[in-house]
Amino acid sequence: MSLSPPHALAVWRRNASMYRRIWMLNILPNFFEPVLYLLSIGIGVGAYITQMGGGTYAAFLAPALVCVAAMNGASFEVTYNIFVRLNFEKQYDAMLTTPIQPDDVLVGEVLWAVTRSMIYGSCFFIVVVLFGLAPSPAAVLVLLVIPLTGLLFASIGIAFSLRIQTIDLYSFYFTLFLTPLFLFSDVFFPLGERLSGHWLWVAEALPLLHPVRLARNAFAGHAALTVAWDIAYVLVVSLLLLAWSRRTVRARLTS
Amino acid sequence: MIVEARGVVKRFGDRVAVDGIDLDVPPGVCFGLLGPNGAGKTTTLRMIYGVSRATAGTIRVFGIDIAREPRAVRARLGVTLQENVLIEALSPVDNLRIFGRYHLLREPALSQRVEELVDFLELRSHADVPVQRLSGGFKRRLAIAMSLVNRPELLVLDEPTTGLDPAVRLALWARVRDLRAAGTTVLLTTHYMDEAQRLCDRVAIVANGRIIAEGGPAALIAANLAAEAVEVDCDPGEEAGLFEGAPPARHRLRSGRRLMLYVDDAAPLVDRIHQRDPNNRRALVVRPSNLEDVFLRLTGTSLEGA
Repeated sequence: MSLSPPHALAVWRRNASMYRRIWMLNILPNFFEPVLYLLSIGIGVGAYITQMGGGTYAAFLAPALVCVAAMNGASFEVTYNIFVRLNFEKQYDAMLTTPIQPDDVLVGEVLWAVTRSMIYGSCFFIVVVLFGLAPSPAAVLVLLVIPLTGLLFASIGIAFSLRIQTIDLYSFYFTLFLTPLFLFSDVFFPLGERLSGHWLWVAEALPLLHPVRLARNAFAGHAALTVAWDIAYVLVVSLLLLAWSRRTVRARLTS
Repeated sequence: MIVEARGVVKRFGDRVAVDGIDLDVPPGVCFGLLGPNGAGKTTTLRMIYGVSRATAGTIRVFGIDIAREPRAVRARLGVTLQENVLIEALSPVDNLRIFGRYHLLREPALSQRVEELVDFLELRSHADVPVQRLSGGFKRRLAIAMSLVNRPELLVLDEPTTGLDPAVRLALWARVRDLRAAGTTVLLTTHYMDEAQRLCDRVAIVANGRIIAEGGPAALIAANLAAEAVEVDCDPGEEAGLFEGAPPARHRLRSGRRLMLYVDDAAPLVDRIHQRDPNNRRALVVRPSNLEDVFLRLTGTSLEGA
């Protein structure tokens, strides 16, 4: 193991310094996006739905959209941004002329992606609270679900970014991976009620499903048995992908 | 020794990039690795600062085995990469500060060091302008400033002045001399022989992954060529007529129509050529022999030896 936390933090700080320049531009849309979703789908479409999951449709949507915001926050960072830093700007080659090692680079980037997921997710959560859609105090626990969501999608995105040779493949990542996840991971309708038998088990493979279920449980103040399974899924998948990425980053940066 | 390399080999699959290099860089010198593109210079540097691992052989920097303790070594050296790696959206000062943090510099030492470097490399006029608006020469100075942020004992420069205008090159050479005078050891690569000749105390000529000659620039020239070079355009068939009666050259090189003759005393040869070609249609040039001639003679690429 050759991780040095202060050096990983220096990598994190580099990204934070860049973000500080644009944070106003970046955060404002973050407040509007949930408002638009909640108005259009939650309240507009929701007007035709008497109840879902035991409450209004907007209340059903709200916790899931917090997770979607966290997913997007992490995903933006670990896709185009990382690809450019790695392949075009050669930023990591410059870092490796200092005491920074490849493990520090990987951990610093993951930490930063998690940080961005927390910025996005908590902005969304504040709006949800202002709409009165998080009445239970336990909903605050979703602030723990947000970084888990960030970790999961940082790990998936980094592995994808290390794998691809051309930046054009990100359109596949967004259109054929993240968008279907958004549409079919329990966000807009209870997936479990549309599926039966072994399909229920297949659905458990969907990454976004687990944070969404955790967030719903937090909002409802439920301590369900699935919570342990959902947390385990996020941690195990993230760690496996990061272990692969660690080997790949070392090979890519120190040839 | 600051750098001590023994039997260093680097293979990428079947390709041998570095083929058994021994290198000793003593403290306080400016040492140049000269060679054409693809000779293995950059790969050698990458192994010295520890981002590339030698396939065989050992490298010690400051007496430390680089393969074992790359962090300890890199804390004490600075590297300017061949291509500038800068954060284009940020100012020179911000770039310097971020790079200082990679070395774990803390306030107030960080700000103090950044200020020193802004002065030393004359970055003051555009210190707070986004890097993307700066000229190539300015960016290069910033890149070099960044590699000095940790007050390195060894400064590694990979082709420091490639693509820069003459004024910027002169200014950078002056800074490198300042650093060396202050005790910094400098290891640079270049394919500009004039750069090596003006800047370096010692040079090693690299070709095909091997060091084919090493020494001080003047000594290398003296050991390989006569002191004066006479350049003239002439086809092989014209030589007999043109040089008839002149003393034979000690060495000769030919590149297309251009013939270079190396002699201890150019006067008799020049007189002879002037007689045959009074209007200098053959573009006669007389100059001291230089490292470029040594390089061409030793590597012999596309040139006939003598």
